[in-house]
Amino acid sequence: MGMTMTQKILAMHSGKNECAPGELIEAKLDLLLGNDITTPPAIDIFEKNGFGQVFDKEKIVMVPDHFAPNKDIKSAEQCKRMRDFARFQAIKYYYEQGEEGMGVEHVIIPENGLVKPGDVIIGADSHTCTYGAVGAFSTGVGSTDLACAMAAGTTWFRVPEAIRVELHGKLNPYCSGKDVILYLIGKIGVDGALYDSLEFTGDGVASLSMADRLTICNMAIECGGKNGIFPVDEKTIEYLDARVAGGYTQAPSWLFPDPDAVYEKTVVIELSEIRPMVSFPHLPSNTHAVGTFEKITIDQVVIGSCTNGRLEDMEKAAAILKGRHVADGIRAIILPGSQRVYKQALKEGLLEIFVDAGCVVSAPTCGPCLGGHMGVLAKGEKCVSTTNRNFVGRMGHKESEVYLAGVEVAAASAVLGYIGSPEEL
Amino acid sequence: MKFLGNVIKYGANVDTDVIIPARYLNTSVKEELAAHCMEDLDPDFRSKVEPGDIIVAGSNFGCGSSREHAPVAIKASGIACVIAPSFARIFYRNSINTGLPIMECAEASAGINDGDQIEIDTDTGAIKDITTGKEYQASAFPAFIGEIISSDGLVGYTKSKLGK
Repeated sequence: MGMTMTQKILAMHSGKNECAPGELIEAKLDLLLGNDITTPPAIDIFEKNGFGQVFDKEKIVMVPDHFAPNKDIKSAEQCKRMRDFARFQAIKYYYEQGEEGMGVEHVIIPENGLVKPGDVIIGADSHTCTYGAVGAFSTGVGSTDLACAMAAGTTWFRVPEAIRVELHGKLNPYCSGKDVILYLIGKIGVDGALYDSLEFTGDGVASLSMADRLTICNMAIECGGKNGIFPVDEKTIEYLDARVAGGYTQAPSWLFPDPDAVYEKTVVIELSEIRPMVSFPHLPSNTHAVGTFEKITIDQVVIGSCTNGRLEDMEKAAAILKGRHVADGIRAIILPGSQRVYKQALKEGLLEIFVDAGCVVSAPTCGPCLGGHMGVLAKGEKCVSTTNRNFVGRMGHKESEVYLAGVEVAAASAVLGYIGSPEEL
Repeated sequence: MKFLGNVIKYGANVDTDVIIPARYLNTSVKEELAAHCMEDLDPDFRSKVEPGDIIVAGSNFGCGSSREHAPVAIKASGIACVIAPSFARIFYRNSINTGLPIMECAEASAGINDGDQIEIDTDTGAIKDITTGKEYQASAFPAFIGEIISSDGLVGYTKSKLGK
């Protein structure tokens, strides 16, 4: 039987020629990831059970990004626990605050060239599915999974069924990968891809930048997906060649879906039909195209996160904010996703544009996305955010509201004072 | 394992942010997590939950974050089992790994009412609503998952695999 890209990768990593949906397999891991919230419980389990040394100190990434720079004493203790363990185990890819290569985990891991096509990656963070953008199988797990995988170098998976997402045509101005994924989630629902892999294909793929693809795969989890994955093309190779140590010129020859691969269903998306999207509270599937709803005044805008904290996102925000100013009473908080993004944004003059426009510019952190710090919402406040979740209480008080959008809508909304499109400026 | 308990019922898409809000994730101490379990969805949860109570909810239970703190907080609150038509996949893994019993059963989710007393057998998947007299059957776990559960969770399974 033909296999999807995901099924092929899982078969290759479990010593099989093929595997079928529903099969439970034990796969070798190429990379494991934890952050300051999920790693401390994993360390507790690892040490309590006498697992000793990690299976490979060069295949584990630890990033203090969620409540770091430390937001309170307890968070500081959690970061310290991870830092001490990383030092003791000589973990190669532990990224300290401020060092080159540091930032929000899913921004820095591809940026630092740590993921490649055909890899199997798990991370104790649900947005680990981001790396499907480079043709890897990557998915989120919990702390116990991370602890056991740090010891064994393997983990179990149920081989997923797949949904084929066919992308055709090109995106309209002011639309990006964020609008594609919000549109898809709106179409299939927050559990529309439950347990499945989302396999992207079609002539529209070529028109999407790597930043778009990373954003799309990042939010595969928001429709229940196990992973999202893109085919490898020239853009992927060019992206990887500039980042992977020693360069990268050729993806594995087997890494493509078989012509007779089986899909549960196919979703066809004409990219030109997508308008700038906004997900209303309190589900990412509650999508509305900008211009189809009454005026919603806002209190705050957040631009950043593992979903939209890349250089392209900063450039898009700056293009809209240049020479303009955020509306009276609006707090606009911009978080470059990594030190490299921050430095490049500095070089390109983007940070000056943000400051001149009246924005707060923060160090890279997940902070406000999960109501941690650097932009927590009060009761009744409304925020347009380029992050990935708008659940009840996600960014603060349970009666606050989060509207998810792409960077351009978020930046335009900061200037307008209500949710709107750049065309209204 | 058999449990007899009262039902606390919720709707679909109960997410990990309402199960345990991220603002409390600066600790992983289970009692501290339990103190805030469900507080943004159901502020009365803490006062009404009794050891052995069973959550019956709608589809896609536990969607959102990978935080294992979510099943840990539910279990530490005294909940014996969560029954839903489907679980978000990371929550599913985390529940198996941390020993929170879960059962997939759409009919039970639709038919059981808030406050009903129900009897469940997590080994056989049998669910009996004592209040209404109705009976349901949850899907069985795949054999491999059963092996993890019977190895005392993933940690026990991994230890025996590594010979530790």
